[in-house]
Amino acid sequence: MTALTSPLRRLLGRQRGVAALEPARADAADAEFDELDPSAPSLAVEIAERDPLLTYLQSAPGPVDIARLELDSPAVLALREAGVALVVPLVSQGELIGTLNLGPRLSEQEYSTDDRRLLATLAAQAAPAIRVAQLVREQAAEAAERERISQELRVATLIQQQFLPRQLPELPQWQIAAYYGPAREVGGDFYDFVEMSDGRIGIAVGDVTDKGVPAALVMARTHSILRAEASRSTSPGEILSRANDLLVPEMPAKMFVTCLFAVLDPVSGHIVLANAGHNLPFVRTGDEVTEIRATGMPLGLLPDIRYEETEGDIAPDSDVLLYSDGLIEAHDVSREMYGFDRLREALATDDAGSELLDRLLETLNTFTGPDHEQEDDITLVTLHRSAGVHDDAVVTASSALTAFSLPGVQGNEREAMDRVAAAVMQLGLAPDRLERLKTAVSEAAMNAIEYGSQGRAEVPVDITVEATAAEIVVRITDRALSGAVPTDAEAPDIERKLAGEQKPRGWGLFLIEHMVDAMDVSTDADTGTQTVTLRLAREETSDG
Amino acid sequence: MDDRRFGAQVTEVPDEVRVRMRGDLDNRAEEALGGAYREVAELGSTRLTLDFRDIGYINSTGIALIVRLLADARRDGRTVRAIGLTPHYREIFRITRLSDFMDIVEGDAA
Repeated sequence: MTALTSPLRRLLGRQRGVAALEPARADAADAEFDELDPSAPSLAVEIAERDPLLTYLQSAPGPVDIARLELDSPAVLALREAGVALVVPLVSQGELIGTLNLGPRLSEQEYSTDDRRLLATLAAQAAPAIRVAQLVREQAAEAAERERISQELRVATLIQQQFLPRQLPELPQWQIAAYYGPAREVGGDFYDFVEMSDGRIGIAVGDVTDKGVPAALVMARTHSILRAEASRSTSPGEILSRANDLLVPEMPAKMFVTCLFAVLDPVSGHIVLANAGHNLPFVRTGDEVTEIRATGMPLGLLPDIRYEETEGDIAPDSDVLLYSDGLIEAHDVSREMYGFDRLREALATDDAGSELLDRLLETLNTFTGPDHEQEDDITLVTLHRSAGVHDDAVVTASSALTAFSLPGVQGNEREAMDRVAAAVMQLGLAPDRLERLKTAVSEAAMNAIEYGSQGRAEVPVDITVEATAAEIVVRITDRALSGAVPTDAEAPDIERKLAGEQKPRGWGLFLIEHMVDAMDVSTDADTGTQTVTLRLAREETSDG
Repeated sequence: MDDRRFGAQVTEVPDEVRVRMRGDLDNRAEEALGGAYREVAELGSTRLTLDFRDIGYINSTGIALIVRLLADARRDGRTVRAIGLTPHYREIFRITRLSDFMDIVEGDAA
């Protein structure tokens, strides 16, 4: 607000005048003064910051006669040209906050000493009020800017959260943990887990240069591209190369994405990775910490880049750490960087019982101190392979995924199949392997219903599903009313069936055996059990 | 469940007869599939296409029904082809060697 006191209004009414404020604030007051007489030529003149007139006005004792002022100043010339006769400095607390510019008196007489005195008094009274108005406006503008920034941060955070995985993969014998800590000004970090078509797990960790909404949008796009490419290829080098080709044409200027893409076989511990300019992952085995070396150009800079692949094996009782540079570049109070040495040290401390991720965050917090304001996003993904699993996947521990009973009536084989499929969902089985398991379970349940329950609802079929690091084991136990499920039947032969020499039926056991990696039928006094085993990782059988 | 109940619809198109099936193909489909084949036989075409695109589940008893239909078709001098099978069931048709006696067309195109 710049409401003018009434004497000033009258003065302006009589003698075309305008308050010109110093450049940075000029816009605030000009408009309202000009409104007084829109037809009058503007007397507002911008005075450059270094113009000697400003220094002169700062200490001028009162209104300054511009026509007579001898000063080598572009502003003085501009004021004269604009028709300004008198400039009244507005000084508040020793600071020049603007000027009141007046044209010649309408009576064409000179400004009298009384006029000048009145103007000087007015200026002295108006200046503090105008200063207050300026401060109020500045604060309002600052508040609006703060609101705009915090709104942008909310949007960026929202985008970011939208793309972080809601669930971590649960793999037998592996503990996977992830942390994403956004900086106040949200960056473009991301991580993702993808189930590859061959049953392995794809892990991506990336960082978009820049911050805020632009970075979040590029992150979102990169995330989608990586997901799409990971469904087409299982080679991390190929995935990054294709993602790069798609990102190059649409990458905003001065932005790029660093990204590490790893593909882990949870059964063997074999890891294949390719790197587009991202931090190298660390592997800890015992107290030895090594980097997996893989380098390549960040995504989105140049087309047709090939990414080399590096392979390695993660031994039992080892940790793998994937991270963004927000970790390495975190500062303590004395501006010292956290750095690689501290990270290696934190990694090598094999503090049994504590999770690596918690340990790293604790070490980092101790380093940065409690009042630390994080400058960049920090992303950590840790993979821990439990001890005691050998490469030939000896079963050391198994977890029961589900156990249930169904009435032994025809049609319930489908129910059995659907429930087993739901129970193994969390293992991330490849779709074709899942279909094989489903067919095998359905067939075995059908056998149990036919031979074990004779189709009677009151005779149940019991089903348990267990998973180990290497395989899924489904046990289907029946009451053996007709004895054990026969395993000595003649193998089905399509030619003989078509010729009528074999019954059309009799495919059940044949299908189970060809769908899964092992099938076993056992009996005791009053139950029969079919055990169906499917390895978690694909292993091509003779059936393809 | 009702939406899984098997159904078969016979349509005559130039040069062939099509049986479009839906639901679960298991032993409960016996009557409907047998009826559909009799309809096909009455129409007399020597080319039969089985359309599996709306079949979500096939078990060993369903395979047995296909074997019976194939045997009938062979007896009647009729060629059979299958369209719309999922990759999993194409694999099963291969393992059981049903695919040696019928043309398996990928996708559900004509």
